[in-house]
Amino acid sequence: MIRFVAQRAVESLVVLLVMSFVVYALIGLMPGDPIDIMLSGDPRMTPEDRERLRALYGLHLPIWERYWNWLAAAFGGDFGYSRTSNRPVLETMGPYLGRTALLMGASFVLSVAIAIPLGLMAAVRQRRLADYGINLFCFAGKSVPPFWLALMLILVFAVELRWFPAGGIETVGDSGFVDRARHLVLPVLCLTLLNLASVARLMRAEAISALRQDYVRTARAKGLAEGRVIWGHAMRNALNPVVTVIALEFGTLFSGALITETVFAYPGMGKAIYDAILGNDYNLALVGLLFATLLVLVGNLAADLAYAILDPRVSYR
Amino acid sequence: MSDVALAKAERPGTRNRALARFLRHRGAVVSAFVLAIVVLAALGAPLAERWLGHGPNDTDLGAVLAPPSWKYLLGTDDAGRDVLLRLMYGGRVSLLVGLAAALASAVIGTAIGILAGYYGGRLDAFLMRLTDGVIALPTLALLIVLAAIDLKKVGIPDSIAHSEAVSLYRIIFIISLVGWTGVARLVRGATLSMRTREFVRAAVALGAPARRIMLVHILPNVIGPVIVATTLSVGGIILTESVLSYLGLGIQPPMASWGNMLSNAQTMLFQAPELVIYPGLAIMLTVIAFNFLGDGLQDALDPRAGE
Repeated sequence: MIRFVAQRAVESLVVLLVMSFVVYALIGLMPGDPIDIMLSGDPRMTPEDRERLRALYGLHLPIWERYWNWLAAAFGGDFGYSRTSNRPVLETMGPYLGRTALLMGASFVLSVAIAIPLGLMAAVRQRRLADYGINLFCFAGKSVPPFWLALMLILVFAVELRWFPAGGIETVGDSGFVDRARHLVLPVLCLTLLNLASVARLMRAEAISALRQDYVRTARAKGLAEGRVIWGHAMRNALNPVVTVIALEFGTLFSGALITETVFAYPGMGKAIYDAILGNDYNLALVGLLFATLLVLVGNLAADLAYAILDPRVSYR
Repeated sequence: MSDVALAKAERPGTRNRALARFLRHRGAVVSAFVLAIVVLAALGAPLAERWLGHGPNDTDLGAVLAPPSWKYLLGTDDAGRDVLLRLMYGGRVSLLVGLAAALASAVIGTAIGILAGYYGGRLDAFLMRLTDGVIALPTLALLIVLAAIDLKKVGIPDSIAHSEAVSLYRIIFIISLVGWTGVARLVRGATLSMRTREFVRAAVALGAPARRIMLVHILPNVIGPVIVATTLSVGGIILTESVLSYLGLGIQPPMASWGNMLSNAQTMLFQAPELVIYPGLAIMLTVIAFNFLGDGLQDALDPRAGE
């Protein structure tokens, strides 16, 4: 078990390392040039200054060496400065990370808490009205353009009903708890709805196959109450594969968070990455992408672990 | 000999059964109709343009945000452009990107899956680690980086790098680049089980070259699930394209796509919410239809998997 976890952790680190090089190389191919951006801010600089600056920042080196220098500095905790905020990248990233964790965490818990009973209900009432309704809802959830769902929520709840603010994290001059919570409602609702459908659909499929098993028939035959059969026997066994897929879909959840944050102007990691890429903030974009990769890798690792813990038949030498 | 004759005699029967199963899936049948209408609207866009006498990018400043009329059936946008005509042209983009990228992903995934499953060993281990690695990436963030790359820096001349066609092909290319993983896993699994089947072992024993075994004996037997998975992926790809175009990184204006129509309309959310509603509904309807179609195909081609 420990060996298995260690092996997976090492594999994840390798993926992260490869990813860091790929992203480093890709970021170098983005439009614009860091030195040109600096030069455009100061008309007195000459072409000689330009070359001196390139040498100063090591930009004349081949990509392998530049990457190596970056990696060495990164292991020392130095990820460079963010161009737009003029502060170290990690310091800039901190608050974004916290806000995204809050958004993703809340949506994740809510969507799973709603999706599992929903999927189970559809399975129990298979081919009846409730099942068709839930199924249609799931198809709609999987098929809605995420940013459009966000826009529709703004249109209904912010523009028409005026119940919740349309974006941001707090009203200027009012940073109380209630105000912040009100700003969180629509983004969390949006991401929850996006995540709900796939979990509910999977839960339905797994519960249907669990309800067909012999041990369910046995439980019914020995006269157990139907509620106990469903919640105690069928659900527990349907849950295993669902947990795995939930964790494997962490990347999808992050993609959803990126879109949600962008539409609601919610300053989290996703929006920070998007803004950094459009604003030529190379260091911030690089670290943001690596954080996102790390997040997904940890999710996948958690999936493997959960699977081993939940299903006693699975054993890893 | 008798085996071949048997297989041939059996074929029409299985096909009819598959068709019957497909027709029983009401959602899939309705979706096939919806998609037929979307395809016709997309193909008919140039005809509609000629008939109406104005193009999708023609601005009519005398009729900005005009209500629906016989000239502009769904009204005009903030630049006085025909909304319905732009929707029809946007449909061409969505369908083309969705189908082309799904097909390309399927080809890449099938090739990788068959190679990994058939040869096994180190090649299999390498290809599957690669697949796991790609699956583990935050796809959307990576796609944003890939879509933002300056093509001039990879040596493509300026005149080509900023043309309309390139923004279209680039998006098909980058989506296929990360979209093949699901099919690769599916095909690898199917190939592994095919490799132990008697007819494949017989072909190996007869000395058939590996390429022939993979293409003639294995491929036709794993293609069913690939068709299902590909159909199911079209919807997701259309969504991804719309997200990238909405973020300003996909199809570049003035060329209309459902995604960039939305990012333009977003600023008009207060004055003209219908401009936001139409393209979104178009995307959703098309994607739901593709998902139901895939579901129906699954019931038809792979009846055990759909349960």
